[in-house]
Amino acid sequence: MDNLLILFNQPVVSLQIIVDGVLVGAILAIAAYGMALVWGVMKIINIVQGEFVMLGGYVALAFADAGLSPLWAVPAGAVILFAVGWALYRLVIFRVVDRDLFISILATFGLSILLQQLANQVFTADVRTAESGLVSRSFLDGKIVIAEVKVLAFVFAGLVGIALWAFLKHSRLGQAIRATAQNARAARIMGINTDHVYAMTYGLNAAICGAAGALVAMTWVVHPYLGLPYTIRSFMIVVVAGLGNLPGVIVAALGLGTAENFAGFLLGAEYQIAFIFCLLVAILVWRSRRLARQRRYLK
Amino acid sequence: MSRGEILILWTLGLAASALAPFLFPAVITQLTFLWLMILFALTWDIMGGQMGYNSFGNIFFFGIGAYACAVIQRDSGLGWHLAFFIGMGAAALLGVAAAAVLGSGILGLRGQYFAIGSLGLGIAGGEVAAGWDYIGAGSGLSPPLYPGALGRREIFFYFLFLALALICFLALRRLYGGRFGLAINAIRDDEDKAEAMGLRTTRYKTVAWCISAFFVAMAGAGAGNLIGFIDPRDVAFAGVTFGVWMVLMAILGGKGTLWGPILGAVIFHITQELFWTYLLGWQRVALGFLIVVIVVFFPTGILGWLRERHPHLFGEAVDAGAGTDGERGAS
Repeated sequence: MDNLLILFNQPVVSLQIIVDGVLVGAILAIAAYGMALVWGVMKIINIVQGEFVMLGGYVALAFADAGLSPLWAVPAGAVILFAVGWALYRLVIFRVVDRDLFISILATFGLSILLQQLANQVFTADVRTAESGLVSRSFLDGKIVIAEVKVLAFVFAGLVGIALWAFLKHSRLGQAIRATAQNARAARIMGINTDHVYAMTYGLNAAICGAAGALVAMTWVVHPYLGLPYTIRSFMIVVVAGLGNLPGVIVAALGLGTAENFAGFLLGAEYQIAFIFCLLVAILVWRSRRLARQRRYLK
Repeated sequence: MSRGEILILWTLGLAASALAPFLFPAVITQLTFLWLMILFALTWDIMGGQMGYNSFGNIFFFGIGAYACAVIQRDSGLGWHLAFFIGMGAAALLGVAAAAVLGSGILGLRGQYFAIGSLGLGIAGGEVAAGWDYIGAGSGLSPPLYPGALGRREIFFYFLFLALALICFLALRRLYGGRFGLAINAIRDDEDKAEAMGLRTTRYKTVAWCISAFFVAMAGAGAGNLIGFIDPRDVAFAGVTFGVWMVLMAILGGKGTLWGPILGAVIFHITQELFWTYLLGWQRVALGFLIVVIVVFFPTGILGWLRERHPHLFGEAVDAGAGTDGERGAS
């Protein structure tokens, strides 16, 4: 607990952790919003989420290897992952959309293992990072260091979020997606091709994750097994925020990013992933307790 | 089938199981793993099949068992056999205690929240174990070597897992046939109604999880020694291999049936060994593919499919209007 003392004696360290956490949280927020979209529209909890992030990361690596700036991989990753998501929907997901939720969880879990192992075969298990060529800047006499790439990731994440929001609000397809989320059957009666809406929603989600993954590859590292923690983070954020609550998703994601950074600092980096999964269990139990209490009041 | 015929079949089956390691000494380790897989599928089915609580986290108790036993073997200073069996008992106790404590919180979750929550539990176990120096942290833990002569070790573990699987099966058959089985089936079909009928659902759910944990933890104690090296993420808390396989095997055979998980485990294990032999390097990719195919195209499993086609074989009255809602369980 020596690190706890550091936090008290050096408040500026806390500031550094919070800044990092908020910048991280923006990337988590867009991945979580994608998950909320699929969950709300298709009633599927998409365990492949994290693998889309991982594949987006490898797109950025491919750009870096080719000598191009990995910044271009943000749009490119989105386009490529859109195709991947769309193809996965047409091959597998459409068969589980209307089925039991557990079947869709298990099917997407299977897909996640499949993609993870494919990536392991194709890209090997090396931990790599896409060099963006950006530097870090220090503030307050070097007490606070902010990597430019993280700020850029924050801005990009914000842009993706705004674009997505505008798309859902104003475009024809966005309106169809929202109508399907409200009531798929009624939407079908009104002449909306829900199968097409599902395919586009799933592709869109993959595209968002692809962009997020490219940012992850520039900011931290990429390896084939990084998917599941991103899935769990997204799930947690959506559970805390509730479906269809964009401000809630943003607040929850920034909070999670900060909490995770504090935990990593206090407990040691080796426990950071453990913290995420323990937090998941704690949040779910807390939520069910709260619901049970509400039920008791109703009685 | 008459009673006599069933008795003959059982005798033949037991004799074949007892003789198998001597007849096929080349594949004895694979046969031992087959019993382990059967144990996995049977114990998963208590929760997932019979009670409708689809758990991805039973592997958590496997890991606890593996570590508890190995730590006792390492630190007790007793003879190998004594330390191993004490370790196994401690593993079972610790597994049951963990299930009872965690159950009060996690079993309050429903449907998909339980599935994801239990998945998180299993992975959290691996991550904590990977950071904990006392149990070897990320570099794992090796239980002491079996002291007997060459070849004895394989025989010992074969019969250990055979006995465990057999005891587990008989215990489950007895439990499913009685009040307990009816109660957990009622929870699967409609938990709120079962509660309204006066069933103490929380107690039944916790007991079911404890039974599951009891056998899985003992299997973990044995498996840690059988494999000879306990890696926190790839052996003890192997959520994406053993943890998913147990779900898959039960579903493949037909969840919610007594023999389904066993059938599923046998078929899955053989398939997996074939993958290892013929698709070396790509076997894990093939396994992921297999999961998707089974779940998407074959979710009712072999016995579930047979039950739909020939209900009279399962002692069910053929009623044209009846659906098979019970099979689907709680979502």
